Amino acid sequence: MSDSGALRTIVIKESVLDKNRAIARANRQWFDERRCLALNLLSSPGAGKTSLLERTLTDLADSRRMAVIVGDLATDNDARRLNDRGAAIVQINTLDICHLDADMVARACSTLTEVEPEVCFIENVGNMVCPASFDLGEHARVVLLSVTEGEDKPVKYPTLFRTADLVVITKCDIADAVGFDRDAAIRSVRAVCPEADVIEVSARTATGLNAWYDWIEKRRSHAGFGPSPVEHGTQE
Amino acid sequence: MHELSLMDNVLQMAAEHARAQEATAIHKITMRIGDMSGVSIDALTFAFDVLARDTMAAGAELLIEPVKARCRCKACAAEFTPDSPITTCPGCGAPGATLIEGREIELTSMEVS
Repeated sequence: MSDSGALRTIVIKESVLDKNRAIARANRQWFDERRCLALNLLSSPGAGKTSLLERTLTDLADSRRMAVIVGDLATDNDARRLNDRGAAIVQINTLDICHLDADMVARACSTLTEVEPEVCFIENVGNMVCPASFDLGEHARVVLLSVTEGEDKPVKYPTLFRTADLVVITKCDIADAVGFDRDAAIRSVRAVCPEADVIEVSARTATGLNAWYDWIEKRRSHAGFGPSPVEHGTQE
Repeated sequence: MHELSLMDNVLQMAAEHARAQEATAIHKITMRIGDMSGVSIDALTFAFDVLARDTMAAGAELLIEPVKARCRCKACAAEFTPDSPITTCPGCGAPGATLIEGREIELTSMEVS
């Protein structure tokens, strides 16, 4: 084959995301082996990912061991907001990178081996474009849409919303004040991801949070992780 | 601007393939990019211009073939080309059809010597 020097064509036909996908598969296996539900939280900046997690970590502290892998371009502000709630927090600073990728999550997971979390929230970089393409090894994608953003966000950013397993409409306590048209928002979600679940919450007033917690438990059951432990020897 | 990360991956993949073929220079890289991949061809081209300079692909041509989206309706199984990113079936009106083509971010081939 060493006809070096001569011009020749190499046919490759490989996805540029293959390497990321392979690492994501290994991450999913890592979570599966620990019976840990991994959720990828995505939204625009300021939609309320960290506020939702603050409440969640506090409310579920007695029932589930949790971890948060939180991605931001810079600062550990979010990690500091989430600390001292009983969960393990790993901050990733992506510097100039606009999304988390599977390798960053793999490195974060390597620091969680002692924790044995049952639920791992991966708070992606606030961005509705770039993170859509990167599988992190999560079991489900949770896309947040705050009532201040405009009801048509799902149809404006279909690439991300198409991949949602759950859409959480946040900041519902101020929906009336900002003239949020709930029906229009749900129509917009349904046009892009008709099969996604939809939950409406306010982290400030706690409205709807039980539905969110029930959804997490439902996804754990769906993944085969509980709530009732499988008998020894019967699990595949 | 995840196109910079993606192009970084493309150039690494290209260099690995070139070295495996004992080539020393890459003259042309061909990619296929789906129009629902979330990748901007302009941004990808810009990233190539910036990143290729110090690699085996310095001075190479980048040829990007856009791939039109194709959908299959989950309700009636009709296949169609959507006229917008909202993949509503033109036949039965069901929303959220499955994308069967159009998400490609592929390193297709290259010319080396």
